[in-house]
Amino acid sequence: MGEMNEIFDLGRKTLRDVERRLDMPRRDFLQFCTTLAVTMGLPTGAEAAIAKAIEASKRPSVIWLHFQECTGCSESLLRAEHPTLEKLILDVISLDYHETLMAAAGHQAEAARKDAMKANKGQYVLVVEGAIPIKDNGIYCKIGGQTAIDLVKECAADAAAIIAIGSCASWGGMPSTNPNPSGASSVAEVLGKPVVTIPGCPPNPYNFLATVVHFLTFNKLPEVDKLGRPKFAYSRLIHENCERRAHFDAGRFAMEFGDHGHRQGYCLYKLGCKGPETYANCPTIGFGDAGENNWPVGCGHPCIGCTEKGVGFTKPIHQVAKMLNVAPPLQYARIVEEQGKGASFASAAALAALAGAAAGGAAMLTRNLGLSHAAEEAERRKDASKPQEKSEV
Amino acid sequence: MSTQHHAIPAPVGGNLVNATTFVCGVLIAVMATIILIRLFFGLASTTNVNDGYSWGIWVVVDVFIGSALACGGFCMALLVYIFNKGQYHPLVRPALLGSLFGYTLAGAAITFDLGRWWNFWHIFWPGYFNVNSVMFEVAACITLYIIVMWIEFSPVFLEKMGLHDTRKKLNKVMFIFIALGIVLPMMHQASLGTMLVVMGDQVNPLWQTPLQPLIYLLTAITLGYGVILFESCVAASAYRRQIEVPLLNPMARVMLGIMGFYLFARFADVTFRGVLGLAFQFNYVALTFWIENACFAAPFLLIGSAEARRNPARLFLAGIAVMLGGVLLRLNGFLIAFDTGPGWSYFPSLPELLVTVGIFAAEILGYVIITRRFPVLPREDAQLAH
Repeated sequence: MGEMNEIFDLGRKTLRDVERRLDMPRRDFLQFCTTLAVTMGLPTGAEAAIAKAIEASKRPSVIWLHFQECTGCSESLLRAEHPTLEKLILDVISLDYHETLMAAAGHQAEAARKDAMKANKGQYVLVVEGAIPIKDNGIYCKIGGQTAIDLVKECAADAAAIIAIGSCASWGGMPSTNPNPSGASSVAEVLGKPVVTIPGCPPNPYNFLATVVHFLTFNKLPEVDKLGRPKFAYSRLIHENCERRAHFDAGRFAMEFGDHGHRQGYCLYKLGCKGPETYANCPTIGFGDAGENNWPVGCGHPCIGCTEKGVGFTKPIHQVAKMLNVAPPLQYARIVEEQGKGASFASAAALAALAGAAAGGAAMLTRNLGLSHAAEEAERRKDASKPQEKSEV
Repeated sequence: MSTQHHAIPAPVGGNLVNATTFVCGVLIAVMATIILIRLFFGLASTTNVNDGYSWGIWVVVDVFIGSALACGGFCMALLVYIFNKGQYHPLVRPALLGSLFGYTLAGAAITFDLGRWWNFWHIFWPGYFNVNSVMFEVAACITLYIIVMWIEFSPVFLEKMGLHDTRKKLNKVMFIFIALGIVLPMMHQASLGTMLVVMGDQVNPLWQTPLQPLIYLLTAITLGYGVILFESCVAASAYRRQIEVPLLNPMARVMLGIMGFYLFARFADVTFRGVLGLAFQFNYVALTFWIENACFAAPFLLIGSAEARRNPARLFLAGIAVMLGGVLLRLNGFLIAFDTGPGWSYFPSLPELLVTVGIFAAEILGYVIITRRFPVLPREDAQLAH
């Protein structure tokens, strides 16, 4: 109880400290923690635990390696619209080595990496961005005279956690596309053991941040699927949560860019949207912190399946996706609802003829029955007038 | 049962191919073709049903009216076995035969009115049961009743095939089926009325009442007797036989009694719910309400006295009036006075009508074949000895 009270004490010193340190109001900070907790699908109360963990300011040392990539993953983290995001990244973690961001250069930079690894042995987080070329002993990517293979193996040896960020590090990404001249491979393939992967080109920064903060808060990485992807972000197909899904189910498709359907916001499946075979949370959390519907499909471009090995950078962009769960029906219900027709001449005539025939038949039968009854009655009266005859048995 | 001597049933005999059976055959062939088209190309290819009027004449006429008109067998069983009026026994088999065809074809008619007819077996599969559904109750009761009726009627075939031992064995357990054969139709005829109740305010207040199950049950029973009057007269004149007036006369009196109670209940209900005023407006709904009830009241004028009931022409007309009343009650509730809202309309298409005509043709053909070849109608010479 004491701990809980401490967490919900909004006047606590650490919270005021974090306010100063991150240069953001308490309200925004707590909102950020809640967003992360919700992104990870954590239960109520987790946001408080996350806030506590970040306030504690035992920032984990992070070593960030770059190999065959475009630095888009780092860019997406830094160039986000959210004003204090880069602050958070830099203040929540202690980024001790990052080739793009660090001021140091040359041997100085490499020395910083080695120092950080020594000082935080077994406690630092290794983040790998980019694929690793393995062809010809990995000579196609070298930093400070060391091949990418050597570097990643060296840094991974004493890391507390390894996170592969972006599709390149996760499964090879664009560099691994056929014919793959450099033999671009994923971190897991090079290390020969599973690592946490945050695929995407670039991945959503919140998926990465949430993973890091999960580690920070609970001292372990979040639950992952068989490809090492955190389940909170990659357990659903894009198609399942897509805001255009209703159009798919109703059979309303954009057939080409700029046509009527496209302008109406219809489903992009027939333009080659890979949502039906791509696992990611893009439709639920959006992209780039720019508000609702700001993600590829939301902007009118079909999903290219960037998170999915064998889909992104492999299948042609306008090739129709393979449906992994629901198959589209061959026929769709009609959109215009028929409200019924009045009587046609044929049906009215048939009904009238039928009624006429029935009435006529009934009338004839009644007449005959009446006549035979009259005859019988006459017979009976005649019989009754003969007194000697016995009655019937 | 009764120790009284009755006329033993015997086949009528005669040629199976004649003008009636030929016409029926043609109508059945037309129906079969339309049903095939419907099964492969969907309901819209043949019918005028729509989302506002999802039940057309295939349901309302073939099932609701068809099964009500097929209540003759159940009504006679009620009279003979429950009220122990053994003298009516000669009427049981022909009435049962009519019911047999009415119900079997009503059951078949449901199948081809189902949008996804290939799923029809779901309702018989325990995993799919929705025990809170009126529709389930009706489907289960009607199916069971069809089976029960074929068992009840099976002595006719066993006699014909000379399987007397089997017949004797069956006779020992027949009371179970007779009891079921009375309980089941009472259950589902009442439930057919409940279907109208669950339709809510789409049904005109003159027909929308919680009393509807009772109304449907009472009219089903009177309809059963009305059909027997009708069928006896038609069978007698078609086969040039004596009409069983001595039996029909008291039976018609029973019918009048039930109908009197029905009319009382009907008008008491309409009055107490305060909607009788709707019957005095100048529109087609009020008109059809009065025609319906006039049909139920007409038999009192036609066959009110014992003397009048001796005239088969009057019995026949009374039978028709009762049938028309029951038919109109169901048509009014589900189609004529049924209002889904502005813009919606329904009138049966020609193919729909032809299928319904075909169903009735199948009933007539079946009746002719079975009465001519199997012992159903009372033997004529025995009848003359009365």
